[in-house]
Amino acid sequence: MYVAQVIINGIMLGNVYALLGVGMSMILGIVKLTNLAHGEFIVLGAYLSTVLAPLLGIHPILTLLITVPLMFLLGYLLQYLLIGRAMKKGNEPALLVTFGLSVILQDGMLMFFLADSQHISLPNGMGTIQLGSLEISTLHLMLFAISLVTMAALTVFLKYTYTGKAIRATADDADVAALSGVNIGRIYAIAMGVALASAAVAGLCVGMKWTYDPSAGSSYLLIAFVVVVIGGMGSIPGTLVAGILFGLAQVIGGASYGLPISYVLLLIVLIVRPKGLFGK
Amino acid sequence: MSDALLRVENLHAGYGDFVAVDAVNLAVEKGEIVALIGINGAGKTTLMHTVAGLHKPTAGNVFFKGEDITALPADKIVQKGLSLVPQGGRCFQRMSVQDNLLMGSYVRSARKNAKQTLERVYELFPDLAQMKQRPAGNLSGGQRQMVAIGRALMAAPACMIFDEISLGLAPAVINDIYRKIARINEEEHTSIILIEQDIRRAQKVSDTFCIMLKGKIVLSGKSSEIDSETLKKAYFGI
Repeated sequence: MYVAQVIINGIMLGNVYALLGVGMSMILGIVKLTNLAHGEFIVLGAYLSTVLAPLLGIHPILTLLITVPLMFLLGYLLQYLLIGRAMKKGNEPALLVTFGLSVILQDGMLMFFLADSQHISLPNGMGTIQLGSLEISTLHLMLFAISLVTMAALTVFLKYTYTGKAIRATADDADVAALSGVNIGRIYAIAMGVALASAAVAGLCVGMKWTYDPSAGSSYLLIAFVVVVIGGMGSIPGTLVAGILFGLAQVIGGASYGLPISYVLLLIVLIVRPKGLFGK
Repeated sequence: MSDALLRVENLHAGYGDFVAVDAVNLAVEKGEIVALIGINGAGKTTLMHTVAGLHKPTAGNVFFKGEDITALPADKIVQKGLSLVPQGGRCFQRMSVQDNLLMGSYVRSARKNAKQTLERVYELFPDLAQMKQRPAGNLSGGQRQMVAIGRALMAAPACMIFDEISLGLAPAVINDIYRKIARINEEEHTSIILIEQDIRRAQKVSDTFCIMLKGKIVLSGKSSEIDSETLKKAYFGI
């Protein structure tokens, strides 16, 4: 029964890790850009939810109704006005711009929110559900549901809408996409918007699960990297599976062995299947 | 002359200091098949990429339906009704055949009739109808070329440019694809520009021809009025 408990916890936790990685994976797969500011965007999403929930007197989950569109807009504008322009000069300038954004965001949040650790507290606290001898915390169940809904929404968007198809087409061959009438700059901006919207959701989740502060972004970025490389960039099912593997490693290894186990896993994937488990 | 569907005036294009397209003039009438013939490196692809908006010209103008499209990016030019089928049957490898075709109707004006156009494309290429859900990356070269042509057709273009569609394909497949192109031209009155290296085939299927050499058009005229010896000499520049 202990094993089942560990697996359940790993899967639940893994979904949050997948959520950290999915936006990063999209940008790598579609815009072909390593977004070094992705961790800071997650932290920004967490702060937005932390501030908005008590301010509006609503349940933290409901803040997504505001933070998701807001972060989408921010991503769209950043890509359209800033990162996209740098990309015209080559990949390195764009990479540097995202690094600059990460520094600016981190220091900006430090100025604004100070260095104190923050946490998003839930109004009616947390309980557990008893399933036979298994114990599942309602918080974990909630995070699990949020993550699955986000992944499903992203999958449906990419698979069935014209814009989603255009995003996948651009990822495959940007020239041919342009020849099919796709405005590549706009598609990149939408992709960045969606990535930041996913960061808003990820921010809420990490804020509810753990504590965070303005400098937490780099550790989220690292987790996102590991998840993306194991799963294969641009693949949502890959991100999900990689997140769960990462989650299991954390639960099995605990605080002292969790990270080393996941890095060994990362190394093995890099050696055996450099494209990632679901990469094509 | 001024009512030509596509008109290229004094077009220059290149890469850095290298001039690939040198003062080219070209006119394509509605419903006409034009063969653009030339050896490797003559500048055919650069010329057509410049016309389609993938490459920026250094001087000159391109008019389509009487409108100056010189400065427009590729996606805006497709919306005007000019489609390029790039070399090598380039497809969206990870997407299904059907999604590849549907991407062709991404242009707003084509979305309304996407269903009917899709039926038409499947009628033209029955092979594709059998493999709608297969990823395009798993297809043979000829099938990928059909997907690429189908995708361009989905935008309901008034003019289509085919960049060396016969490259690397078996003769039987090439014949089949050329028959389809003739059918597109006949049924939809679509103007067609064929980039070709095969002089004989190009002469046979086209109404007019242009021979390109070192970035210039060295000979052009009616395909039925030229003897193959003159054509061959101009092709090799002797």
